[in-house]
Amino acid sequence: MGKHTVPGIVEGHEVAAAQLSKAPTGITGLDDLTLGGLPCGRPTLLCGSAGCGKTLFALTFLVNGVVDFGETGVFVSFEERPEDLDANVASLGFQLADLVAAEKLVIDHVHIERSEIEESGEYDLEGLFVRLNYAIDRVGAKRVVLDTIEALFSGFTDSAVLRAELRRLFVWLKEKGVTAIITGERGEGQLTRYGIEEYVSDCVILLDNRVEDQVMTRRLRVVKYRGSAHGTNEYPFLIDQEGISVLPITSAGLEHCVSHEAVPTGVAGLNDMLGMKGYYRSSSVLISGLAGTGKSTFSASFVNAACERGERCLFFAFEESPDQVIRNMNSVGIQLKRHVDAGLLKFEAARPSLYGFEMHLARMNRDIERFKPDAIVVDPISAFRGPSSEIHATLVRLADICKSRGITAIFTTLSSPDDPANESQRSVSSLMDTWISLADVEANGERNRVLYLLKSRGMDHSKQLREYQLSSQGIRLIDVYVGPEGVLTGTARIAQEAREHDASIQRQQLTARRHREMVRKRELVEARIAEMRTELEMEESEFQTLVDEEDTRETMRRSERGAMGAIRGHHSDR
Amino acid sequence: MIDESAKNDMTEGSSVEIGQAEPGAYNLRLYVAGQTPKSLAAISNLKAICENYLTGRYFIEVIDLSTTPQLAAGDQIIALPTLIRRLPPPLKRVIGDLSNTERVLVGLDIRPQETTSS
Repeated sequence: MGKHTVPGIVEGHEVAAAQLSKAPTGITGLDDLTLGGLPCGRPTLLCGSAGCGKTLFALTFLVNGVVDFGETGVFVSFEERPEDLDANVASLGFQLADLVAAEKLVIDHVHIERSEIEESGEYDLEGLFVRLNYAIDRVGAKRVVLDTIEALFSGFTDSAVLRAELRRLFVWLKEKGVTAIITGERGEGQLTRYGIEEYVSDCVILLDNRVEDQVMTRRLRVVKYRGSAHGTNEYPFLIDQEGISVLPITSAGLEHCVSHEAVPTGVAGLNDMLGMKGYYRSSSVLISGLAGTGKSTFSASFVNAACERGERCLFFAFEESPDQVIRNMNSVGIQLKRHVDAGLLKFEAARPSLYGFEMHLARMNRDIERFKPDAIVVDPISAFRGPSSEIHATLVRLADICKSRGITAIFTTLSSPDDPANESQRSVSSLMDTWISLADVEANGERNRVLYLLKSRGMDHSKQLREYQLSSQGIRLIDVYVGPEGVLTGTARIAQEAREHDASIQRQQLTARRHREMVRKRELVEARIAEMRTELEMEESEFQTLVDEEDTRETMRRSERGAMGAIRGHHSDR
Repeated sequence: MIDESAKNDMTEGSSVEIGQAEPGAYNLRLYVAGQTPKSLAAISNLKAICENYLTGRYFIEVIDLSTTPQLAAGDQIIALPTLIRRLPPPLKRVIGDLSNTERVLVGLDIRPQETTSS
């Protein structure tokens, strides 16, 4: 059992606990708030109205004593016959008959029939002492239960004698050194109908069941505990097939260790929206949204991812049965059945109206303690109806339980279309570390789903609205398209996509055309250059021809002149 | 009211039988615990009443629970002393030291006219 801080406990309780030896009850939670159990070797009064579980409480104390602590016990029943008792607690797995056969437990049924008894002269209750003494010595009992001793008052007329004898009985029990539970019916204006709290002064525990809005909540309070500190509040407790569990409320401090580790959300796009690529481990996450926005799917995705990593998850379903959740999640490609089979995932389904909030909390706390999950899902918290202050208190405790145990908790809540942040959400929002809001956007005659992160403590996160789709492949986040009227979703987004696609094609075509023009221009210019070069070459060659002709003509002229001179000279010489 | 014969009855053992069993007789059983004044008073008172009202028609068994505590549960003994009329049926029960004779006669269902006639 973990060490809990119980509010209302004075400092230095360790010293008191060391002085007074205690007999552990083995009842989850009760030993925490009494710091060890009932006063050892002393009588304890357990009182409460009819049907609040006194007999079961007392019997659990005895059976746990035998099974877990090796202490034999005696149960003196003034009301129920042993076979009835046996049948009543068999559903809890107690095998009283076996314990009796093994001489670990004695059940003595004291039957008083007022009409059969005639009183003549003085008497005392020595017969009861004889029987009790005989039963205790027979098995060497350390624990005794008298259930309920006040039945004596209806059996005998002389209450003065009875009171004197009861006083003697409690003194005798103390001398005998047995740890005793005496049960008593709740009375008007006093703890018990006949005021026997007067005689049992060491420890008094009050059980209570109250019905509010047709829902019953069981509560326990340690009225007094002489010589020991104890939790003073009223604590809810639970009786079901697992027995009794008391919920010690551990919300006094805010001293739980924080984790810097991120746990993936199970939705790829959502991881990217969170700066840490996931939720912080042991944080509380609220997923709010309208009907049909996929709150359960988001939580199932998370659970699926966690189980695939080999972590343990507990799924508290308040609106759907486990089979229904598994079937529905199959349709979006999330296979939860295999995790259940592997023992990693456990469903706990109950109608919210089955118990009060505190009973639900007690049940959840017990389940968490037993299963030791890494993550839990509560789907949905909006199923709880009642005053928001109570819901808030319940969720604060649940969130604290999870935080102190390092459990990541996912809560879903249904929001109403008119008031997106309704009363129940506002009251719990301050508890939550991450708040994902899912919404429907209605436009152009269709409905599309968008999500955004309302907050995520301690990390940078996306502030964008993101559209998402639920398909047979799970949840897929789609890139955002922001148009003139805001974020575009659905067909508007598709139209926008198409428009953008067209534009890009046009752009591409334009570029291609320009490119072709350039090529043509270059070809043109190059052609002209070639033409001009040809012209130039032609001119050059013409010029050369001219030069050559000139040279030829010059040579010819020179040779002609020579020839003429020769002719002249030759003629004169003759 | 404590006489010597009652004390002697107690000393003989945990279970003392007085009178003889006959068909139709009163079969009475008296539970006490130890030789307390109340126990001794009850024994002597019972003997006196039986002698006066049931002469020769009674059988008394005295059981001392301080030596045989295991017998207490069988007859659902809580208060002491307890007188039980085992026969004739139905079972009747008188608690106390039996000092109030009238209550004992009512408790044992012994009709006064029987006594006056005998």
